[in-house]
Amino acid sequence: MQRESFIDWLDRHAGRVFLFPAIFLVLAFSIFPLIISAWLALSRFQISANGYDITFIGLLNFKKLIFGSQQFHLVGTFAPVPILGWLVLVAVAGMVLWALWGYLRSGSVTILGVVGRFISFGLAILLALMFTFTLGDKAQIGSLATTLFYVVVGVSMQFLIGTGLAWLCAQKIKGRDFFRVVFFVPMMVTPVGVAYMFRMLADMKQGPFSPAWRGAGLGEFAWSTNAWSAKSMVVVGDVWQWVPFIFIVMLAAFESQPRDEIEAAELDGASPWQIFRDITWPSVAPVAATIVLIRVIEAFKIIDLPNVLTNGGPGIATESLTLHSFIDWRTLSLGTSAAVAYILLFVSTVTCVSFFNFVVLPMRQRRT
Amino acid sequence: MSVFESRRLGRMAPAAAVIIYGLLGAWTLAVIFPIYWLVVTSIKVRLDVTGGPFYLPFIDFTPSGHAWHYIFYDLGNDTFRPYYNSIIVACFSTLVVMIIGTGASYALARLSFKPRLFSVVLFIFSVIGALLMVAAAGLDWRIAVAVALAIFALLAWALRRVPSPTLANADILFWLISQRIFPPVVAAIPIYVMFQRIGLLDTHAGLILAYVTVNLPIVIWLMYDFFVSIPRDLDESAELDGASKFRVFWDIVLPLARPGLVATSLLVFIFAWNEYLLALFLSTANAQTIPILVSAQNGTRGPEWEYMSVLILIMILPVIVLTLLLQRFIAKGLLLGAVKG
Repeated sequence: MQRESFIDWLDRHAGRVFLFPAIFLVLAFSIFPLIISAWLALSRFQISANGYDITFIGLLNFKKLIFGSQQFHLVGTFAPVPILGWLVLVAVAGMVLWALWGYLRSGSVTILGVVGRFISFGLAILLALMFTFTLGDKAQIGSLATTLFYVVVGVSMQFLIGTGLAWLCAQKIKGRDFFRVVFFVPMMVTPVGVAYMFRMLADMKQGPFSPAWRGAGLGEFAWSTNAWSAKSMVVVGDVWQWVPFIFIVMLAAFESQPRDEIEAAELDGASPWQIFRDITWPSVAPVAATIVLIRVIEAFKIIDLPNVLTNGGPGIATESLTLHSFIDWRTLSLGTSAAVAYILLFVSTVTCVSFFNFVVLPMRQRRT
Repeated sequence: MSVFESRRLGRMAPAAAVIIYGLLGAWTLAVIFPIYWLVVTSIKVRLDVTGGPFYLPFIDFTPSGHAWHYIFYDLGNDTFRPYYNSIIVACFSTLVVMIIGTGASYALARLSFKPRLFSVVLFIFSVIGALLMVAAAGLDWRIAVAVALAIFALLAWALRRVPSPTLANADILFWLISQRIFPPVVAAIPIYVMFQRIGLLDTHAGLILAYVTVNLPIVIWLMYDFFVSIPRDLDESAELDGASKFRVFWDIVLPLARPGLVATSLLVFIFAWNEYLLALFLSTANAQTIPILVSAQNGTRGPEWEYMSVLILIMILPVIVLTLLLQRFIAKGLLLGAVKG
């Protein structure tokens, strides 16, 4: 009898039995650490005679990182703005103005919408300004701008190459299954392995391409000593690894196209480009926006590639925010480390939520 | 008629075919060559590695198994222990996260939850209260947690009639999935301290717990879509026949969701196998995983590429084999998630 009633009780509470382990896990190992981290970010951590001391110092860690002695590390060093910087600034400002104009004309302006746009666009302008003023010859961009560089350049290249390959593969070609299998492989290679592999390949003295480098007169140049070539190398490794992800999902999306619509358009004499623009793209756009969002979320967390490929160097040139935070942790400045992690959390959350609201949702609604 | 237009509908023009196969072939090379270079380097001796690029075994240089011998015999346990650790951690974390994640996503897809916003706020306050008790009053953390939970339960029960807006399944789902946005580095330091306190640092159990938490959002997100796509009438009719919710879940819903289960567990397994940051924080010697071993090879003389290549190859081989066997499932699983999001 006792056992019977226990099973009944279990069945009545089945929902909770199923759901609560997950909730408990997230609370214990995600939310709880988040709160502790917030407290650490507002404190100073010192080793003392009896273990360690943690003193509350308010926003000093953030002040140090953004305005003070660590500014060079997070934000970068300032210098006059080069032409490229102005271009970036104008592009971001143009996008913000265009989005605002579209919002004002849409006729559904709400308080929440205005506040949300204020945060998103404000952050976008601030980050663009920071990037612009630390881009010059004498200047150096900090770990925040480096992370943004990885996210923006890396993810757009992955998306362009991955979608392009998927589109080519979706044509009437032979051997699609072969390409599908081969192109998928890089995603499985451990990022640490990717990093070492590209270090080996890019070796300009002994690597497989060294004859080509010598031929181009670059035999004495080492990519790892130049800030921008080192950063580009990280992006190359990241692109190699993550093109498969975009490729495989976009290929599946292209394959689930309505075939009859496309054939009808072909019969009417539409060019492949017209078919792509008017039929294919609108139907795969929601999928595309979603996987770009997934990649952006993951790209913000990059650490293995820069850490192994270049050790964050030359100097701090390839340090991502996660690596910056890890290095601070290793040198026992826990407060700064937690503050850097929180800045990453803030920037990546605002970016991802904005991308979801301003890109993914409209694309989904347009289709329905 | 130009070379860019096809003669017949459905047949490619020669020039277009050349361009398409050319581009696809070029990317195939870009994918294969780095891995080929790994294999070639792993059978070189030091002199052939440093002496300038040699491309083809038997023609450019004489292959040698010496690096493989060194890694497997001379290093022996130093190689096998991290390998064993990786297998244990990846397998068990996948198993646990699949159990917890499928349960949660099934519950969210089929049953309705209405947590009261008031109780959630109350819970947050009791957590903050517990933290204050530890930080300010210096209480033992176990007592603080117990006191806070007791106060929460008491208040939640006493104030259960207070009107409050309720949340729905969609809110819980969004909250769980959005955990993926949190960069693990934010949680890494507190988890390090927490594990140090409860003795989980540098153990398999600690790493497994951490990986389960990190991968839970992916499992819930993908599996939720699979469960939603399974028709409801099936489990409703089974329930009318008197089957318990667990029976329905185990005998009816899970078998139907098998493709999703395979794809999701493979993906989660790969993430756990390749994970770097948390392993860097949470394992030092005993539980060191293989990515950490490989990244630590950067010794004083710089990386020794022939040994490194062997290590990387044995690190990536199991995952690649597994994926090639199961890769059709992955595309399906990922697409379903991405389309419905």
